[in-house]
Amino acid sequence: MMTTTYRTCPRTGLQFDTQAESLMRFNAVAAVLSMVMGGLTAVLVALTRWPAIKLLPADQFYQVLTLHGVNMLLFWIIFFEIAVLYFCSSTLLRCRLATPRIAWLGFALMVIGAITTNVAIFQGGSTVMFTAYVPMMAQPHFYLGLILFAVGALLGCFIFLGTLVVAKNERTYEGSIPLVTFGALTACIIAIFTIASGAIILIPTFLWSVGYIKEIDAQMYRLVFWAMGHSSQQINVAAHVSVWYAVAAIAFGAKPLSEKVSRSAFLLYILFLQLASAHHLLADPGVSSEWKVLNTSYFMYFAVLASMIHGFTVPGAIEAAQREKGYTHGLFEWLRKAPWGNPVFSGTFISLVGFGFLGGISGVVLGAEQLNLLMHNTYYVPGHFHATVVIGTTLAFMALTYFLIPALFKRELILPGVAKFQPYIFGLSMYVMTLVMMGAGTLGVSRRHWDMAFAGAPFQYEWPGAAYLMMGIAGLAGVVAVVGGVLWVLLVVGSLLFGKKLEEGEFSARPTILRMPVASSLSAHGGAVSHHVPGTMVLGSVLLVAFVLYYFVNWKYLSEVWPMA
Amino acid sequence: MSAILPPAATNWWKESIGKQELIFIVLALVWSLFMFFFMIYWHINGRQNLSNEKYKTTAAMFSAKAEQMVKQYQVRTETETQIPVVKPPVGSDVYLIARMWNWWPILELEAGKPYKLHISSMDLLHGFSLQPVNINIEVVPGYEHVIKLTPEKAGIYSLVCNEFCGIGHHTMLGRIYVK
Repeated sequence: MMTTTYRTCPRTGLQFDTQAESLMRFNAVAAVLSMVMGGLTAVLVALTRWPAIKLLPADQFYQVLTLHGVNMLLFWIIFFEIAVLYFCSSTLLRCRLATPRIAWLGFALMVIGAITTNVAIFQGGSTVMFTAYVPMMAQPHFYLGLILFAVGALLGCFIFLGTLVVAKNERTYEGSIPLVTFGALTACIIAIFTIASGAIILIPTFLWSVGYIKEIDAQMYRLVFWAMGHSSQQINVAAHVSVWYAVAAIAFGAKPLSEKVSRSAFLLYILFLQLASAHHLLADPGVSSEWKVLNTSYFMYFAVLASMIHGFTVPGAIEAAQREKGYTHGLFEWLRKAPWGNPVFSGTFISLVGFGFLGGISGVVLGAEQLNLLMHNTYYVPGHFHATVVIGTTLAFMALTYFLIPALFKRELILPGVAKFQPYIFGLSMYVMTLVMMGAGTLGVSRRHWDMAFAGAPFQYEWPGAAYLMMGIAGLAGVVAVVGGVLWVLLVVGSLLFGKKLEEGEFSARPTILRMPVASSLSAHGGAVSHHVPGTMVLGSVLLVAFVLYYFVNWKYLSEVWPMA
Repeated sequence: MSAILPPAATNWWKESIGKQELIFIVLALVWSLFMFFFMIYWHINGRQNLSNEKYKTTAAMFSAKAEQMVKQYQVRTETETQIPVVKPPVGSDVYLIARMWNWWPILELEAGKPYKLHISSMDLLHGFSLQPVNINIEVVPGYEHVIKLTPEKAGIYSLVCNEFCGIGHHTMLGRIYVK
């Protein structure tokens, strides 16, 4: 067993196992590098789909789009999530990380895998998009890289579970694991399901690409691929919801309104979130309507219910904490007086609101079996998932990073004046971009399509002027968002290299156990959290009303297309 | 006392839930169930439901059927590449091939009359995106999807491919006339 020491951060009181700490740092740096690759390609994609600019030729556009998807959806997010898993286990439970050597092996596999797949795409023979639908074939090492990356990530998941066992056996905490760790456990369980699905489809596809398997059924591939492709985005949801709770706790000392409710909502994720493979198959021939209805709704929308609950309880916890501090005037003093200049908070709140209003509502509409006919494979789809993955996950992770720079990297953030504005630049331009992308998609504009003018086609089709306008705005907003992303990378990398070194804090050979004043019964629990959250109730009601209206607008729209019965 | 620490009470599952929280959960649950049953309702009473009729097929089998139809009902050809224009009888089985990078043949249909449209792909995945009506369906090689379709309004309609199918993807534009 590797010997380790424990550092107590003088700023946050958190205790870091030094092995876990280096692993978190390396995973976070790998995440940022993936983000750099994803961001560079993002600007090329935005400028090519901007009809007035159309920067790249078709072949390079599709190649760059493949790079963008793979680096953003897989590498950036999963590297960061591994760091989050180690933080939520070893750091929050104040214990040693299980088997750090295997954790390093996992990290090495992920790095080798990510580089291999990137090289394959750069070489040009693997322009197959993130989805790599068969029978379109990539180079064998494209799949091999993804498989290695997945195996590495799987090791990370097992280390997380092992660390929970270590903490339990060595009794480094009392009572139940913290809510944020519970959320990370949810993410981990979904991740294992996801990676297993990925292995089930990518290993045969790899064998097919080297000639050992003759044929892979295209419909079967789509079904199993999306058990990975969509579920991997559900890891994000569980992870970024955990980050929301963590930030509410860090920035406000907020306590969950109800442990029971929040944990039950995470449990609903574990039970139902993986069914979303169906979201990609609603317009497919190979599966029946019964299957589609049951799966697309996560079995009666129970996972959507869970997200709506988190969307209520996170701001609710903040409101309760703020009211306790005396911000009790009217409905929204607690929100007005929130630390809007602190990027940890502002980033999280922009993430929360954008995820609910833009990502969440559009996801349910897009995922209604029949409504999907209006939007399948249109620009609405990337519009929706940029609202979930970029506004929801990426922005939440960015916000958390501002906290991790002093706590984990022991550096003072450089240019705090710029950091103050970064979440607004990035988040709000993403709001605009996703809205107009969904607008263009509603008018039918295709995703993954190089030329709206169909140059070289035997016929002509003219998209409505509004579609061109919205594609132009999407391009512009996309470029602004990339500027916001570049600022974030500069702030992070600049702080790591040039930020003032901060005091490391005390080192000790053993973990110091946090003894909580754990009450054995509720009667002893006296200072129960206040449940009075009228402001959140109003925000929640606005969300529901917007949801209902937008839902029916789309059914009205559907009722006007050609009958298909 | 916060989400990053163990719950203060060991029996947290016995804590009562706040009233406002509970109201919101109930509203959200009702809405969730409503949305679930609305999809089923639309299957019973809605007019836009994607057909479940499909068959396993091969490129050779499907293209033979399409060629047979073209031979029988071709009325003229269009464009430099002589794409056949087919006017199949009302209510009949109409075959549409998707392949890199065209839709074949051109269809001429009557407004307000039902057709059984069979779609399949000869090679990769393609996306049937009927514009400006805006109906979008995945076309999967090896599967023959039979869709009942009633073109409502006369006009010239375009078939865009909206599933990435290689370098010529953006040139894959087809045509349907409704008269």
